Amino acid sequence: MANQPNYQTGLIFRFLFKREVVKLLVWIVPIVAMTVTIALAFNGLYETQEERQALAETMENPAMKALVGQGYGLDNYTDGAMLAHQMLLMTAVVVAIMSMLLIVRLTRADEEDGQLEMLRALPMGRLAQTNAALFVLVITNIVLMLITAVSLTALGLDSIDWAGSLLYGSVLGTTGLFFGAITLLAAQLSDNTRGTMMLGYLVLGLSYMIRSIGDSGNELLSWFSPLGILLGSEVYVNNYWWPILVIVLLAIIIIALALYLQQIRDVGAGLLPQRSGRKAASPMLQSQIGLALRLLRTSLIAWIIGMMLIGISYGSVLGDLEAFLGESEALMEIIGASGDMSITEQFISVLLKIMAIFSTIPALVVFVRLKGEEKKGRLEHLLAKPVSRKKMLGTYLGLSFLTSIVMMLAGIIALAGIGVTVMDVDISFNTLVEAQLVYLPAVWILIGFATALYGWCYKWSGFIWLYLLFSFLTVYLGDLLDLPSFILGLSPYYHIPELPTDQLSWVVMVVATGMALLLSLLGFLGFQRRDIET
Amino acid sequence: MKVLEVKQLTKTFGKVQALDGVDLAVNKGEVYGFIGPNGAGKSTTIRILLGLLKPTSGFARLFGKDAWEDAVAIHKRIAYVPGDVNLWPNLTGGEVIDLFLKMRGVRVDQSRKARLMEQFDFDPTKKCRTYSKGNRQKVALIAAFAADADLYILDEPTSGLDPLMERVFQQCVYEAKKKGSSVLLSSHILSEVERLCDRVAIIRQGEIIESGSLASLRHLTRIQLTIATKEVVPDLDSQPGVHDFKIENQHYVFQVDADQLDEMVRYVSQYGVVNLESAPPTLEDLFMRHYQGSTSGGGGQ
Ligand SMILES: Nc1ncnc2c1ncn2[C@@H]1O[C@H](COP(=O)(O)OP(=O)(O)OP(=O)(O)O)[C@@H](O)[C@H]1O
Ligand SMILES: [Mg+2]
Repeated sequence: MANQPNYQTGLIFRFLFKREVVKLLVWIVPIVAMTVTIALAFNGLYETQEERQALAETMENPAMKALVGQGYGLDNYTDGAMLAHQMLLMTAVVVAIMSMLLIVRLTRADEEDGQLEMLRALPMGRLAQTNAALFVLVITNIVLMLITAVSLTALGLDSIDWAGSLLYGSVLGTTGLFFGAITLLAAQLSDNTRGTMMLGYLVLGLSYMIRSIGDSGNELLSWFSPLGILLGSEVYVNNYWWPILVIVLLAIIIIALALYLQQIRDVGAGLLPQRSGRKAASPMLQSQIGLALRLLRTSLIAWIIGMMLIGISYGSVLGDLEAFLGESEALMEIIGASGDMSITEQFISVLLKIMAIFSTIPALVVFVRLKGEEKKGRLEHLLAKPVSRKKMLGTYLGLSFLTSIVMMLAGIIALAGIGVTVMDVDISFNTLVEAQLVYLPAVWILIGFATALYGWCYKWSGFIWLYLLFSFLTVYLGDLLDLPSFILGLSPYYHIPELPTDQLSWVVMVVATGMALLLSLLGFLGFQRRDIET
Repeated sequence: MKVLEVKQLTKTFGKVQALDGVDLAVNKGEVYGFIGPNGAGKSTTIRILLGLLKPTSGFARLFGKDAWEDAVAIHKRIAYVPGDVNLWPNLTGGEVIDLFLKMRGVRVDQSRKARLMEQFDFDPTKKCRTYSKGNRQKVALIAAFAADADLYILDEPTSGLDPLMERVFQQCVYEAKKKGSSVLLSSHILSEVERLCDRVAIIRQGEIIESGSLASLRHLTRIQLTIATKEVVPDLDSQPGVHDFKIENQHYVFQVDADQLDEMVRYVSQYGVVNLESAPPTLEDLFMRHYQGSTSGGGGQ
């Protein structure tokens, strides 16, 4: 009788489930819809075996492996293998993020905001909320797994059979379970939502990176990443189930550890030690910029390190790419006589575009923080003091622009630094840096867009993330799917000249920067006249 | 019979010593006041009682059960109202009240719930996001008082209530007491504590520095006297136990230590007392003396 840690789990589960079900559908439906659409598109676009074999050749490319994972089943390339290569890893990362956000919302966020204290004072077991959150996580991922498997099978494509599709769905669901478990553990360590998410993203980022370096070079390394292990299931070709088993077991161990920690710790506390803060505000903190910087310090540092790591892992791929292009003269002939230089450059330009999109994320994170401050009611305090709205918005906007430059530099310096040492083509450090920095105006357009949304339709300002995701997808899938240029053109990154090959066009730069400024200005106008939300 | 018993309780957060050997005991049917300055350790003690924090040493027992180990069993018999009520922005107040009551697993008297909502002038159909501080407080109060509990643990339950609502709250506590429930009430509103509580404990810097019935605590303090006499009383201001001495409109106005009162009255009566008014010390006087640290003598006005 004593100490019933699971008491009332059922009731809490129903409560949480009702709260989350709509949000979860908003994630699951697009994920499945995208998977199905892409499978159909591949089937339509690559009809003959030759067309598919040509695509199989690109899977030998280390840059490609770094991006999407190792190729398999390339001798007889099927729609299924193609789908798994191009989509599985990326979708798994999305499912991981969905699961991480889910767990944080249901555990640490409620604890940080104080609702858990109210609940735990009621007759409720110490683990009830955590158990319930885990049930929601498991059900969500099982539903995702089944819907994915059934929808893919229902397409009736030869190579996309039930056995493969069930495994495809299971890889997605297992990824969700694993990263949900990691986040639950992180929620025991950190005493706040932001720290928990940061730990979670750190593990996800490292998993991706280790796999990326492993897949493009030292294959042994990939087995040290949960993502690498899961891709080892070779969906639609060999259909190995053991990776699922391994990761599920790991997840269970992590969950057990998290539950144990949950049971012995204080409500509201984290297990990582807290430093005590300063007694008085440093002169830095007393300015607007200083305050904003202080609030963002940890995540900015984390992002700079993250960008450099991405830069390093992509930079090291460039060397493998060289070696690969040297070896496979056959491939050169297939692709055409345009010379190895242009192929390297072609891959470099894809990598640079992806890096540009990555560095947009922290810039937007900085800006979106303003919305977070407003939502938590802290903006009120500041605006009640003699701080004008213009200055407030200007501070965050300025920081956001600055962040975009710093992040892009951090990434490209790492990439180019490693790249030029491992590559022996004459592509200079400066050329690479220049080729990257031309993407800044595109990033700024997104920041401007975010400002305009924030100023005019506060409720919809999260839309900016969808726009960024869309831009990413056009880069990632644009060529594969042969998307028409009017769709590609909706992404600002599309219009930026790809430098070593294309000419630098000042007109594009100026127009893009102008647009970004115009959008920002629009945001200011809106922010001046709307209510502050609480 | 003791409903709640705390012995030598300590709690440290890293290097911060929040509690340093707290002793408390609440009897059945008693309303117990728990007062002390900001950061003294009231909420920390209460969180330990609720099994939300694990004590560093010492023990906390409710109904003879351990606060940490038997939290679930204990919580079936208590109701808690915190000072800061945080709710789910997307649920209505009515939904939250029902959730809390359902979790408590008690039989809810619907008419009593409805009556409370009416008395507190509370609209249960609005989303929690839109409630003011006082209205969020009402959600917790209604969920607590809509069903009987053996022990009510209230941590500044009226911060944010207007005086009218404050009175409704006091009525709720009276009724609970009448039914034989016990109450632990932490509050900064001393008039409220004075009106409701049978016994009081004062905590400062994690230590209980005074506890007992209000009457016995008053005994420890000073009484305000205003006296007029026929003849001049010599050396009145240097008599033992006299503080804050002044003369206003030919009246002597001063405070006297409670244990010196007898001596004092004997002394002045020799000079022909024509008027004597005495005011009992308020809890506030008592409190001020303790809050202001070890400064004794001149009191703290
Ligand atoms: N999680 C924590 N980490 C570190 N210190 C804490 C923590 N919780 C409380 N404290 C410290 O413990 C002491 C007691 O705090 P507590 O909240 O119990 O005070 P209180 O008496 O309720 O004050 P108030 O009247 O302001 O509500 C304070 O010094 C506080 O700073
Ligand atoms: Mg308190």
